[in-house]
Parts: sequence; C-alpha cells; structure tokens
Amino acid sequence: MCNSIYSDTKILTDPDKEIIRVLQEDFPLCEEPYKFLAEKVGIDEEEFLQRVKDFVREKKIRKLGAVLQHRAAGFKSNALCAWNVPAEKLADIAAIMSSHAAVSHCYDRTPAPNWNYNLYTMIHAKSRAECDSIIDELSRLTGITDFQALYSIKEWKKTSMKYFTEELKNS
Amino acid sequence: MELSSFDKSLLNLLQGNIPVCSRPFAEMASTLGADENFVLERVRELKAAGYLRRIGTFFNSDNLGYRSTLIALEVTPSEICTVAETINGYDEVTHNYEREGKFNLWFTLSTLNAEREGNILSEIKSLRGVEDMINLKSNRKFKINVQFNLQ
Repeated sequence: MCNSIYSDTKILTDPDKEIIRVLQEDFPLCEEPYKFLAEKVGIDEEEFLQRVKDFVREKKIRKLGAVLQHRAAGFKSNALCAWNVPAEKLADIAAIMSSHAAVSHCYDRTPAPNWNYNLYTMIHAKSRAECDSIIDELSRLTGITDFQALYSIKEWKKTSMKYFTEELKNS
Repeated sequence: MELSSFDKSLLNLLQGNIPVCSRPFAEMASTLGADENFVLERVRELKAAGYLRRIGTFFNSDNLGYRSTLIALEVTPSEICTVAETINGYDEVTHNYEREGKFNLWFTLSTLNAEREGNILSEIKSLRGVEDMINLKSNRKFKINVQFNLQ
C-alpha cells in the first residue's frame, strides 16, 4: 500500500461498530466524556480510549473536534468550483489549491461525458464578491481557465453520515 | 453574543483535535490557562448560541468500508422541491444543495456496496423532473478540512 490516507484494516468487528455508533453522536460535554461513552457500549474506559486511539492511527477517524457554523463565523457565501485540469498536472494543481485557506475540500473526480470537470474545490468566503476574487486568484495561480463556479442557492440537507444503522434496523 | 478573545482561542482549539484521554476538557483548559469547569461551561454556551455546527467524531468513510460519490442532477425547476425532498429521505445522502447552472441539484451519497448505490440512483433517475444525472466518483481527496482561524 502506498496510498497513505487509506488503511487496509477495513474489517470491523461488531464491538467496533458499537463504538462507532456512540462516537458519531454529539460528543458529551462532561468531565469524563469517554467514560460516559464506554458505559453506553458496556466496556471500560481504558479499553474504549485504546480503540479510539487505534481508529485514529488506522485513519478511520479523521478528526475529533468541532466544526463551526460557517454563517455564524461570518462565512456567508460558498461555491463548489469545478475545474478542468490536464490529468498530468492534477496532483500539482490540487496541491496549490489545497494550500489556500479559503478552500475547505479538494477532491479529484472522474468526469462525465457531457461534463469535463475533474477537480472540485469548496470555497468559503464572507461574500460572493470575495468568493469570486478567490476563484480568480486560484485560476491565476494555476493557469486553469476552464472552470464552473457553482454557487449554492439553497441548502436542502446538510448532516453527518450515520454509519452502521441499517444493521441495527435489521437485528 | 460577541466572541471574546478567550472564546476565539477556545474555538480554534476545539476545531483541532480533542485529546483522547480521561479528562480532555481539563487538558484543553490547561492549554488555555483556565479551569475545566469554565471551559465546559463556555463550550455549552457557544454550542447553545449556534457557533458550533457539530462537536464530535468525523470518520473517513472509505476506511469504514463505505464508498462515496457526488451526484449532479438537471431537474425541471418546477419539480425541484419534490425531487430534493425525496433525495433528503435517503439516510445515505448527507449533503444536498441547489446550485446555479445546468446541473441544479448536487448531493453526496455514501453506501456500503455498489448494489445499494445503483438502486438509489435508479430510483432517483426515474423521478419526474429529473432530466439528466452525472455520477462523479472521487479518486483522491487532497483536502478535507473545514477549519476557520478566528482572530
């Protein structure tokens, strides 16, 4: 394995899935949050802490922390910007875009026949004008001029994934 | 509620990693030079005031065995409300945005297997008003980091 963000330990035991189910709820705001979660699963705190550390090491957990409400933090405008980047330059250009503080997500995606865009960035700013100028800046820095700035009109759904809930329904 | 400079330091710290130890808020408090109860109380207040979208664990869905993709739809404007609400009904859909452009509805889909993904997509494709659909599978994730530095 050379691709470091992926782990090859994808097989999860039932107790692991139990731990993931309690971890994906809101983090308890109390003095001993992990002990509280461990009790829900029915294991001791030490074992629970060890499994959480394992999940971090295995890159199953990407982050344990807070995400701010963008709007409350003053970031009122967001655009998904789709870029048409030559395949051989993809990694270099993605690195330039990722290093910009206003870019929260940067993925390469397989394009569709009638939609030739292969690099996707989420851009957050305080206004649409600021978003536009960040996109111009990214275009200038990378030399990519074929892009689509897809501004959001309405947020229909924004939630966190709930993992391993189907199995509970069936059991 | 105006954010104090202590609040901003606390929010910056909270956006990073919460320590994995028995008393994580005590550890954060010692970094900030405050006491544990004060930190906990302030986090609860900031959450109640709407500053935190979520505080919890974020997983790499690929490493839990899930496959994720981004789907774009071209939907007849008069049908967009019905189509968006039907899509919201799937637990596997986490983000669903109406956007400007030919493809006007964009959503993310995470499923445990290709069969489930295929079934959901064929149900959505057959909804009234859905004119076109593209499936943009992700290859490499160069950055996933919604973090704001408050100053």
